[in-house]
Formats: sequence, structure tokens, C-alpha cells
Amino acid sequence: MPLLDVTNLSIHFGGVKAVQDVSFSIDAGIVYAVIGPNGAGKTTLFNLITGVYKPTHGEIRLDGESIGGKSPDELARRGVARTFQNLQICMNMSAIENVMVGAHLRLDRNLVKAALRLPSITRRDAELRGEALELMRFVGLEKYAGARADSMPYGALKRLEIARALAMKPRVIFLDEPAAGLNPKETIEVDELVRKVADSGITVVLVEHDMKMVMNLSDRILVLDYGKKLAEGTGEEVRRNPDVIAAYLGAHA
Amino acid sequence: MLAQFLQFLFSGVTVGATYALAALGFTLIYNASNVINFAQGEFIMLGGMLAVFFVQSGLPLPAALVLAILVPAVVGVLIEKLAIEPVKGAETVTLIIITIGASLVIRGLTAVIFGKGTHSLPAFSGDEPIQILGATLMPQSLWVLGVTPIVVVVLWYFFNRTLSGKAMLATSYNRVAAELVGINTNGVLFMSFAMSAALGALGGILVTPITLTSYDAGIMMGLKGFVAAVLGGLGNGLGAVVGGLLVGILESMGAGYLSSAYKDAIPFVLILFILFFMPRGLFGARVTDRV
Amino acid sequence: MQKRAYFGLYIVIAILALLPLVLPNSFYMDLAIRMAINAVIVLGLNLLIGFAGQISLGHAGFLGIGAYASAVLPTHFGWHPLLAMGAGAAATGLLAALVARPIFKLKGNYLAMATLGLGIILNIALRNEATWTGGPDGMPVPAFGLFGFELSSDKHWYWVVAILLSVSVWASLNLIDSPFGRALRALHGSEVASRVVGVDVVRYKVAIFVLSAVFASLMGSITAHYVGFVTPNLADFFHSIELVTMVVIGGMASVYGSLVGAVLLTALPQALATFEGWETVVFGAILMICMIFLPKGLVPTLAAKFGKGE
Repeated sequence: MPLLDVTNLSIHFGGVKAVQDVSFSIDAGIVYAVIGPNGAGKTTLFNLITGVYKPTHGEIRLDGESIGGKSPDELARRGVARTFQNLQICMNMSAIENVMVGAHLRLDRNLVKAALRLPSITRRDAELRGEALELMRFVGLEKYAGARADSMPYGALKRLEIARALAMKPRVIFLDEPAAGLNPKETIEVDELVRKVADSGITVVLVEHDMKMVMNLSDRILVLDYGKKLAEGTGEEVRRNPDVIAAYLGAHA
Repeated sequence: MLAQFLQFLFSGVTVGATYALAALGFTLIYNASNVINFAQGEFIMLGGMLAVFFVQSGLPLPAALVLAILVPAVVGVLIEKLAIEPVKGAETVTLIIITIGASLVIRGLTAVIFGKGTHSLPAFSGDEPIQILGATLMPQSLWVLGVTPIVVVVLWYFFNRTLSGKAMLATSYNRVAAELVGINTNGVLFMSFAMSAALGALGGILVTPITLTSYDAGIMMGLKGFVAAVLGGLGNGLGAVVGGLLVGILESMGAGYLSSAYKDAIPFVLILFILFFMPRGLFGARVTDRV
Repeated sequence: MQKRAYFGLYIVIAILALLPLVLPNSFYMDLAIRMAINAVIVLGLNLLIGFAGQISLGHAGFLGIGAYASAVLPTHFGWHPLLAMGAGAAATGLLAALVARPIFKLKGNYLAMATLGLGIILNIALRNEATWTGGPDGMPVPAFGLFGFELSSDKHWYWVVAILLSVSVWASLNLIDSPFGRALRALHGSEVASRVVGVDVVRYKVAIFVLSAVFASLMGSITAHYVGFVTPNLADFFHSIELVTMVVIGGMASVYGSLVGAVLLTALPQALATFEGWETVVFGAILMICMIFLPKGLVPTLAAKFGKGE
């Protein structure tokens, strides 16, 4: 059984059909890329699967269980993590606190215990601080351990989002354009980071415009165009698909 | 029965028209800057108080009224120039406190200059009540009900048919894009404060012969104008007018049939219920968060 | 960062302990007590406004519920003041929880409208139910006694509110630096990001709204007993605004800013009394000037200037 199974998924905003009748499935442990021109519906697809939008039609199954229309926090409980195309970092917090927020569901969130600063809370928080530091090292941000988020450069914030998502200990992570806006060196670093994440056993779903990165990383690729599925398969299959060449790669020829 | 109903309706529509003008003022400023101007009620008060003052100082009525609209407009522009423009893009709470500060300054100055007493303004065309199906209608109500639709039509024409109006509308949709196509968005902000202060003052002047006025009359008027603007869906001009009339009518009916002591609570109970079920008011656009 | 934050708590406790020794007369004692009461309310309100990023323009209404519970229940029904205070807090919590769910689906200016409306309705009710509340003129509040000991002198009250304030500062610092507090700040920073990491944002907003409302209610009860008299002015729109102003002028999302804001704005009307008739004008002008030149509030602005941070 695939980890994620999407059938006939659609969402309409008024008259705009942003995603139309899209079906695909993702096996556990792979890197799966979603590509397509701007406006093809890639981010909307992410928003649907991670619960930010509710689908108009169609079914989304995680491990066979229907999750379409469930709220983001319910999906977080089921091990779905994501990053954002437009940074969603909490600028009112420090870098490490942003990572610690990712572990929200694994903590005792009781208000009264927190207000009384019970040892059970502080002990767990100290452990978590260590874990978060470890994650910052994993994504290559150790030098920002004591930094405020609003003092960090863009490229570092992109990786901070990945660290926050990893703090959820997710089963599947959705990365929305992790290399967008980065310079070539940073792009290579993110490429390596995504590989490391995948190697740690987390299923990765990726939206990315950098074709080299997509071809290099992905086991399978889904191509969207105008909200519809154009093709799906391995990198080689997609590259040879005449529809894809015409609609997408053709633009470069 | 019918006479009583009509009586409540007349007074509701009359005061509702004032709320509508106040709500239009809120809407204009909100669209230009996303600011909720808590000083809006003070323009209503200022219009009424200044009209009283100018008439008492011997000016002919038309001149007094024009001045009582122009002075608040200047005050509105001053607020915008001195207090709003310098903090563009500040947090909602900060902006709310600035406009509340402005309203305190206006209210305090009015109390110092004109005293804390209640003032009345003679009706524009006499006090001979008109009988309609057993209900009485004051001639001043006709002034309110006549002028408000004219204002609404003029505003509609301004926003849909003139270049400056369209520029203001464009700014409300997308400030950055408006600036890119060369619209002077600071000018738009300036205009919106002048216009909404003038609208508030006009409403205040028209309704003062009926309701009297004092230095602190603006607070409730302003808050109810805000209710009307939110009821219609913030930023929606037509919604503001409908909201104003609705608030006025329901308040008058509630005071008449249910409890006059709770008259001032009615608009707020109404808005709470509306917001519980329609979080963006009656005609507010649905928005989807883009991430 | 944390060590330094708690260091401030010791300073607060030291000041509170030494203050009675230096206060020259009962006028200043009274002022100090009212400052401390406001500071506790503002701490709660700052958790809601500054940390969680949600506005409330109706908190004085909750203050009013507490104050009037302490006035009405012992006077008309012979309740013990402590029981009345608890009942007021419980009723406030219940009401806040009841309205909070629908209210916190709203954002920004709509939220401002809803909370403002709630506060005004509460105030009008207090003014109108004259049989119970004495109407606009208010009513006397019986003294607060416990185990045969009556809190009567300013000294007694001072120590009560000083302890309450110290505990509130400590609890606020604890809360901010906890999983609960991080979730609150995160939903302020990015609501969508906090949702996808699993924060049930409406629940957190409701929780902090209820908490700050209950704080306000309890301090309303204490104000009522301390002053010995309540009027609806305690619960009016202007007082709600004063409380929000204390939060913003002291500094949003700053525990010590809450204290500074409460102290300054409680003292301000006293200082302005010399302006005879111009108080409102000067008060309004000060609000505007502070917000234009220090939009982040005093404490965060100064902290940034001297490179510290809380």
C-alpha cells in the first residue's frame, strides 16, 4: 500500500479550477517531485494535502485512511510536515525557538504546569533544546543557535524551516521550493540536505523549479499544467514524455 | 399600531442615515490605509458643535454649515499628515491607539473651547411636524433623508466615473500596484481623511437639530458607525450604507418595542451575532489565505 | 536569555519590598497600590495582545464583572467576599470561553469590533440594572475579611497586591518560556506555520483570552474591595482603551514593559491634574506622540537601543 494516495483531487476558487482531477500515489521512503510552470497548481496541491485548503472533490489517503479536509493540526499528528514557498518563520522568536515549536505535539502543553514552571516541564524543555540544537547542526545552522530569527539571512531561514519541520519527527515532509531565491552554492547545499533528509527514512515530496536538483534527487516526478496532471513517472519517463516536452521543457527548446 | 411602527421607522431611518455617513467615513479611510479611524465619531460631534457655534456667532446658515464641514475636513487632514502618514504599516493596535489619542485631543479641545454643556441647532426648515398615517415626521428628518442619498450618489459617481476616484479605489485593492502605475497613494490617504471627516461632519450637522449635541456626543455615534461599517463588510461602500440604515432601524425598533434603557446596547448585540455567523459582515468578501 | 529575564523579577521584588519605606504619605501608597493592580491586569492582557497578537478592546467589561460580583453578592445575598470573588472569576471565565470560540475565528479589526461590543454591552448592563448595581452612581462594597482578619489599611492592601504582582510576573515569565507560551508566540509570528506543526490555534487563543479575562475579573474584585466603592466607569470603553494603551506604551510582548506601562499610565492622570481642564487633550497628545515615536513601546525600544533584549 502506498503511503499517500490521491484520487481525483480538485479545488475550485469561484470559477478558477486551481487543481483538477489529479490522481497519484507516493510510496514510503522515496523522493517525489511535483513540477510544472508557475500557476500550475503545485503549491495549491501542497495546501490541499497538508490541510490548509479543503478539497472541492476527491480523496486523499494517508496509509489508507482518508485525510481530505482534515485540519493542519490533525495532519501534523499523523506525521505530515511541510515548509513554505513564501517563508513562514516566526520573526518574533529566536531561531532555536522556531525549531522547538516544531516539536509542539510531542510536549506537555499544559498551561498551569507551565505557569508554575514544574520540573517535569523544564526538564523536557532542556532536552528539547538539545534536540533542536542537534537539528540546527543537521541543517547546517549551528552558528545561528543563539540568533534571533529576524537577524538571519534568507538562505538560512529557508533551512530553518526545514529544521522546524524535522522537529516534528514526520513521516513525510513537503518541501515547497526549498531552493527558490538561493545562489548556486546554497542550492547545492540544500540539494545535499534534502538527500540527507531522505536518507534518514523520511518520505520527501518536493516542489522545485531547479531541474537539475529535481532530476538529481527524485525517484518519481509528477508534472502539473493548468491544475491538471500532465504526466507522472521516473525522471527518464517524464523527460521523454511528448506532452511534457511540448508544454514544459519545450519552452526551453 | 401602524402609526407607532412608522414612528419608530422614521426615527430609525433618520439616525441610521447618520450612521451610514459615519460608516462611509470609516470605509473610505479603511480602504485607503487599512486604518480603523476611532476619531470618526469626533468629526460628527465637531460638525454639530461648529454649526452651533457659527450660527450663534451670527453667520448666515449656509455659510455656517459650509464652514462646519470644512473645518473638520482640515482637522482630518492634519491627523493624517501628523499622525498616520509617519507610522504607515504599523500594527493594528498601534494605529487604533493613535486614532483614539486624536479623538481625545479633539474631544478635550472642544470641551475647553465650547464647554461641556449640551447645545442645540435650530432646524433648517422649521419645526412644524408632518403627519403621515398617524406618525409624525420632523422636517429636519427630510433634510437628513434627502441629503444622504445625494451624498451616496455623488460618492458613487466620484469612485466610478472620475480619475481621482478610480485612483482611490485602485489603491484600496492593491497599494503597491497603484504606486507602480503612478498613483500618488499619499494623496489618496490625504483625500480619504478629508472626505471622511467632511462626511462625518455633514452627518453631525444634519442630525444635531434632532438629537442635540455636546462635546462627548461623538463617542457612541462613532462606535455605532463602526458597527455599521463592519455589519456591511469592512471596505464595502454600499454595505456601509445598508449597515448604517439597518443599525438605525433596529436600534429604534428595539428601543421602542423592547427596552429603551438598552437602546445603546442593541447595535453591539446585533454585530456580535452577525460576526458569530458571518465573520466578514453581510457583504464582506471571502478571502483565502495565500501561503 | 532566560537568566537575565528572571533577574528582572528579583529587581521587581526588591522594589516592591523597599517601596513602603520610601513612600512619603498615603497618597503615594494609594497610587502604588493602584499601579500594582493595573500591572497585574496588564500582564494578563499583554499575554493576549503582545504575545499572542490578538486584540481586545473590551477587557474593562471583565474587570466590571469581578468588581460587581464582589459588590453585589455580599451586599444583596450575604455571600462571603472570597466566594463572591471566585464566583465573579468563574462567571467571567465562562462568559469569555463562551464568546471566545466564535470571536477568535475573526481577525484584526473584526476581532477589535467584537471585543469592543462585548465590553460595551457589559457596561450598559451595569448602568441599567440599578436595583442591583446602583446604576450610574455605583454602590459601596463591603470590606474584605478572612479568618476574622479584616483587610482595611492601605498597608495590608499593599502587601496583598505586591505579592500578587510578584507571583504574576513570575508566572508570566514561566508561561512565555514554555511549550504553551511558544505556541502562543508562534501563532502570532505565523498562524499558518503554527497550524502545520500541530498548534490548534483557536484553542490557544481562547485559552489565553479566558486567562486574561479571569485575571482582569479577579483584579476587579480586589479594586472593588480596596476602594470600597464601584461605579460603571470601571468597566467602560475608555478604561478598556487605557488598559490596551498600558500594554502598547510599555511594550508589546514584554513582561517588564507591562509593568512600566501600568506605572506610567496610572501616574499620568495624577500628573495631569495640574492642567485643569486640559487633561484629556494632554493625555490624547501623549498617546499619539508615544505611538508615533515609540511604536514598539518603551521597554523594547530602550532594550534595543542598549543592545540587551529581554
